[in-house]
Amino acid sequence: MIRLEGLTKRYGAFTAVDAIDLEVPKGSLFGLLGPNGAGKTTTLRMIAGILQPDEGRVLVEGFDVVRDPYQAKRRLGYIPDRPFVYEKLTGAELLRFVAGLYGQDGAAIEERIEELLRLWDLERWADELVESYSHGMRQKLIISAALVHRPTVLVIDEPMVGLDPKSARLLKDLLRAFAQTGGTALISTHTLAFAEVLCERMAVIDTGRIVALGSVEDLRAQAKAESSGLEEIFLRLTGGAAEGELLRVLEG
Amino acid sequence: MIRRVEARALSERTPVGPLRVIPRLLRPKFLGALGRSAGRRTLGGKVPVLLLSAAGAFAFLFFVSTKLLGAVREVPEVGPLLASKMLGLGLLLFLSILLLSNLIAALSSFFLAKDLPSIVGAPVDWLGLYGGRLIETLGSSSWMVLLMLLPVVAAYQWVYQGDAVFYGIAAAAIIPYLVIPAVLGAAITLVLVRVVPARRTRDILALVSVVAVALLIVGIRVLRPERLMNPEGFRNLVDFLEVLRTPSSPWLPSEWAAQTLVGYLEGRFDPFWLVLLWSTAAGLVVCGAWLHRRLYARGYTKAQEGADTTARRARVWRVFRFVLAPVGLERREMILKDARVFFRDATQWSQLLVLGVLLFVYIYNIRVLPLQTSEALSRFLISMVVFLNLGLAGFILMAIAARFVFPAYSLEGSTLWLIDSSPLPPETFVWSKYWVGAVPLLVLALVLTFVTNRILGVQAGIMALSLVTITCLTLAFVAQALAWGIAMPKFETGNAAQIPTSLGGLLFMLGALASLAAVLATQLWLLRGYMLSGLPGRVSRDPTFWEIASALLATTLLAAGLTVLPYLFARRRVSAGAG
Repeated sequence: MIRLEGLTKRYGAFTAVDAIDLEVPKGSLFGLLGPNGAGKTTTLRMIAGILQPDEGRVLVEGFDVVRDPYQAKRRLGYIPDRPFVYEKLTGAELLRFVAGLYGQDGAAIEERIEELLRLWDLERWADELVESYSHGMRQKLIISAALVHRPTVLVIDEPMVGLDPKSARLLKDLLRAFAQTGGTALISTHTLAFAEVLCERMAVIDTGRIVALGSVEDLRAQAKAESSGLEEIFLRLTGGAAEGELLRVLEG
Repeated sequence: MIRRVEARALSERTPVGPLRVIPRLLRPKFLGALGRSAGRRTLGGKVPVLLLSAAGAFAFLFFVSTKLLGAVREVPEVGPLLASKMLGLGLLLFLSILLLSNLIAALSSFFLAKDLPSIVGAPVDWLGLYGGRLIETLGSSSWMVLLMLLPVVAAYQWVYQGDAVFYGIAAAAIIPYLVIPAVLGAAITLVLVRVVPARRTRDILALVSVVAVALLIVGIRVLRPERLMNPEGFRNLVDFLEVLRTPSSPWLPSEWAAQTLVGYLEGRFDPFWLVLLWSTAAGLVVCGAWLHRRLYARGYTKAQEGADTTARRARVWRVFRFVLAPVGLERREMILKDARVFFRDATQWSQLLVLGVLLFVYIYNIRVLPLQTSEALSRFLISMVVFLNLGLAGFILMAIAARFVFPAYSLEGSTLWLIDSSPLPPETFVWSKYWVGAVPLLVLALVLTFVTNRILGVQAGIMALSLVTITCLTLAFVAQALAWGIAMPKFETGNAAQIPTSLGGLLFMLGALASLAAVLATQLWLLRGYMLSGLPGRVSRDPTFWEIASALLATTLLAAGLTVLPYLFARRRVSAGAG
C-alpha cells in the first residue's frame, strides 16, 4: 500500500508537486499520467525516498519514508525513467550489489539473480560490463534490480522506454502477476495504451496537482468525453490546445 | 515550440558550407563554457579566483624563468648558446606534451563526444566538421601549455631586453607551433581508431600519457638539476647537452620556433624559420583534411564498436569478499563496487603509476639531501628536515586525497538513485567511502614516513611522533576531502581528474593546508627546546619523554577535531540528501 498525504515539493518559487493526496491499495496496479513537467517523476522520487518532501508525508506499507526509511525502502523497488547504472560492473555484479544494499546475500540471491537474468534474456550478458549494454538491456537490468530483493511495492517511472515488444509483454504479465500475489505498483507512463490495459485505477496529474482520479470510466465522466479513448480523455484533462499549434508547425 | 525558420532549414537538407559550419559547431561549446563560469560566479566568485590563480602562476613562472635565464646567460662563453638550447629544449618538451594531449582530445572531440550522432547525422559539410573539431581539439589541449609558455616567452623578452615587435613575432611563431601537433594528433587518432576500437584507444592513450609523465618526472629528477646551484653542475649540463644534441634537430617545429624567437632577440632574425612553420602547418592542415575525408566515415563507424567488455570472474574478488566479510554485507558490497569500478577504469588506475613515481622521487630526494655539511649543523638540519618531511608528505597525501577521495561522491552522480532508493543507511555509505579512501592512503603515508625517517636516522621518539602525526593527518585529510566532495559535488563530469579542479576542490586544499600548518606549528612549538639544542654552540640532546608525550597528545586532539567534525558533517549532508 502507498499513501500520499499533502505531499508537496518546491524548487525555489516553483511548486513541482502541490499538496497531493493519494492512496494506492494493496494488490493493485495504479497509473500516474500527466504531460511533461507535470510533477510525476518528482512524486515518484519522493515515494522512493530519493527526494525529501517540503510538506506532507509518504507511507509505504504503513512506514513513513522520511521517518522510517529503512523499513519503508526494504519493501520498495524503484525503477527510474533513465537507466543509469555503474558502467564498470557486469550485469550479475550489479544485481549482487543491489541485493547487498538490501541486506541479502548467499545462495538464494545467486539463484534469484540467475532467475531474473534468464527471465529477461540477459543470461549470456551476465559477465559483460554494463557499458556494452543497449538502452533496452539496461532497462531490463534495472527492472531486475528493482525485483531482486522481492519487494511488495513497486514504483515505476516510464517502464516501456527501450523495451522490445516481447519484453514489454513480459513486463505486463509480470506486473499482473505481481498484483495478483498482493503486490502494489504505482506506474508513471506516457504510453496510454499500457496504462489502459494494465491499471485498474489512475490519476492524471498536471502542474503538480491531481486533476482527475479513478478508473477509465471515472476519468471519461470527469473529462465529459463519453465513448472516447484514454488519449482523448488525457488531452481534454491536460489541455489539448497544443494540437492546433502542432498543425501550424507542420504546415510551416 | 519549433521555430519555422529552423524547420524550413532542416527540410531543405542542403549541406552548409565550412565557414558557416565551424562557428555553429563551436558556439554551443563556447556558450556552455560561458554558462558554466556564469553559474559558478553565483557560488562566490570562481572567476576572480581563477584570474588571481592564473596571475599568480604567471608571476611565479616569469620570476623563475628570468632568474634561471639570467644565471645561464652569465656563464662565460657558453651562456648565450645555453639560453638558446634551453628554449629549444623547453619547446620540445611542450611539443611532446601537446602531441599527447591532442591525441587524447582528438579522440574525444572527433569520435566519442555525445553531440556527434546528431552532427554526423545532419547535412553538415565534411570540411566544416573537420575544421570545427580541429579548433576544439586545439583549444582544449593547448590552453594550458600556452599559459605556461607565455611567462617563458615574456622572460626571454625581459632578459634579452627585446622590443614590442618581439611579441608579434612570438605570436606568429607560436600559432603554427600549436597547430602542427593538433593536426598530427587528429590524424594519428584517425588512423588509430581504424585499427583499435575507440574506447580501447582511450584506455591505451591514457596509459601511454601516464607512463610518459612518469618517465619525464623520473628523468628530470635523476638528472639532479639542483647541481646547477654549484659551478660543477654547469660543466655537467654542458656535457649533457653535448652528448644529447637534442635541440639541434632542424626537423622539429620546436627548433624552428626557438630559432625564430632567439634569432630575433639576438638580432639575427631569419624569416625562413617562420615561413617553414606556417607552410608546414598549412600543408599539414590540407593533408589532415584529405585524410579526414578519406577515413572519417569508416573510422566513426568503427568507433561505435565497444572494446572487449567481458569481465573475468577473477579470484581476487572472491578473496576480497572473504577478507571484507567482518565489515558486514552492505559495507562489503559498497567497498567491492568502488574497487571494481576503480580498477576497471584505465583513466583511474593508471594514476597509481604516477603516484608510484612521485614516491620514488620523494624518497630519492631524501636520500640525496646534502645534510652532512658540518657535524654541528647536521643535527639541527636533520631535525628540521624531519618536520619538513612531515609537511611535504602531508602535502602529497592532501593532493592524493583531492584526486581520489574528493571525487568519490561526485562519481556516484547519475547512479545515486540506486543508493538513495535503497535502505542503505547514510552512515554506512559515508563509512564505506571514508575507509575506501583512508586505508590505502594510510598504508602509503606510513610507508613513506617510516622509510624516509629511517634514511634520516631519526631518534625513536621522533619516529613514533612522526608516524602518529602522519596517521592523524591522513585520517583528517580523508574526512575533509569527503566532506567537501559531498558539500560541493560536481556531477556533470564523469572525468574524475577534472573534479578536484572545482571550487570545492580548491577549498578542500586550502582547508587541508591550514590543518597541516596548525598541526605542525603546534608540534614545533612544543618541541622548540629540543629543536634549538641542535644549533651550533649548544648542548645537543634527545627530546624528553614529556616533550614527545605533549606533542603526541596535542596532535591527536587537534587531528581528532579536524577528522570528526567534517566526518559528521558529511554524514549529515548525505542524510539530508546532499545531491
